[in-house]
Amino acid sequence: MIDALASGLRLVATLDLRLWEIVGLSLAVSLSAVALATLLGLPLGAALAVGRFPGRQAVIVVLNALMGLPPVVVGLFIYLLLSRAGPLGELGLLFTPRAMIVAQTVLVLPIIAALARQAVEDAWQEYEEQLRSLGVDGLHGALTVLWDIRFSLLTAVLAGLGRASAEVGAVMIVGGNIDGVTRVMTTAIALETSKGDLPLALGLGMVLIAIVLALNAGAHLIRDAAQRRHG
Amino acid sequence: MSSILPLRLDDVSYAAGGRTIIERMSLALEAGASTLILGANGAGKSVLMRLMHGLLAPSSGRVAWAGEGARRRQAMVFQRPVMLRRSALANVVYALKVAGVASADRERLAREALAEVGLLAAAGRPARVLSSGEQQRLALARAWALHPEVLFLDEPTASLDPGATHEIENIIRAFDAAGTKIVMSTHSLGQARRLGDEVIYLHQGRVLERAPIGLFFPHPATAEAAAFVKGELPWT
Repeated sequence: MIDALASGLRLVATLDLRLWEIVGLSLAVSLSAVALATLLGLPLGAALAVGRFPGRQAVIVVLNALMGLPPVVVGLFIYLLLSRAGPLGELGLLFTPRAMIVAQTVLVLPIIAALARQAVEDAWQEYEEQLRSLGVDGLHGALTVLWDIRFSLLTAVLAGLGRASAEVGAVMIVGGNIDGVTRVMTTAIALETSKGDLPLALGLGMVLIAIVLALNAGAHLIRDAAQRRHG
Repeated sequence: MSSILPLRLDDVSYAAGGRTIIERMSLALEAGASTLILGANGAGKSVLMRLMHGLLAPSSGRVAWAGEGARRRQAMVFQRPVMLRRSALANVVYALKVAGVASADRERLAREALAEVGLLAAAGRPARVLSSGEQQRLALARAWALHPEVLFLDEPTASLDPGATHEIENIIRAFDAAGTKIVMSTHSLGQARRLGDEVIYLHQGRVLERAPIGLFFPHPATAEAAAFVKGELPWT
């Protein structure tokens, strides 16, 4: 155990190429997925927070429930869509990093949209009268609020990123864990552990935790600075 | 451009949660005189102004302005102003943008409005870190920039100290001097005397009295208003 830990640390410290390739792909996939989900999820959440239409409550309940989507089920669903016989099979995306981005986007979108919906709705209570008095319509009001609470929304984005970087099931199924092509940190850890290559698994685990910590610390500092700057 | 006044309320009622807050009210607001809306807590002052300003729709009856484009020619200042998380200047610029003012003119007009309320030096400061008195002056600057024909003020000094209150009252006088019709609710009878030309006294969602300031305070016509004037005097 101690030996494995030491070897793992050595891999990290010596910038082992194999390890950093995996780390790089992981970041590329998860950050792309979170960026896409943010782009779609924030306006969706804001629209749900401000809009009034029949069935709104049902949509909110479903959206909240989707936050708990099991990654393997999403993986299976995307796999069926992208498999050669599936409706999107012609795109040839299966077992590529792009397929992994699609799967993680589906996984993360409800988290970001649902958390944004709650945040915007709370803020809307405060802003609505003032904005309507100025003559702002619902759509522009939602965008104004979204921009005004952007630093609070970092939390929603981070929750999405945490989900994306930690999940194994979806990327395993649609990516296939192909060495050098679709192998990411979580799938590599699962594989190396089952093979008994603990140093690489532990090294990857340490990097994964360090990245998540660094991103959260960074977001915390940004929020803190914004709070002091804007009140 | 023809005036949007008079504003007419025609048999207006407003109910919420099974409670009638404004009951079959008919009245007209003319240009010129500053109208002070008085009444105890829960008399319906805030709801009445929100009905007039269009933030609430009446449950029955009609609120009608005489002129076209009334929506953009009125402004409201609330008891607690809501500022966007950007600079004081940017908050005024935002209001001008929403009002459809050309982008080339926005900053100049916003600076003029800030100067009017004595906040030009704070133009670049984040609006949310200003004191509550300064924020209320900023809310007035935001209204000033729009040159409203009618300005609604809902207890604008309720949470301010005497110094800040004095500054706000001066700005309200400047609006009046510039020809803006003032419609304001307050709990301070002293303030009503200082700023008002006429009083609308509300009691349980009805207009109990409407009289010139000079008449209302010495000679309230109803027992309720008399008790209100007397009871509130020690705190003015």
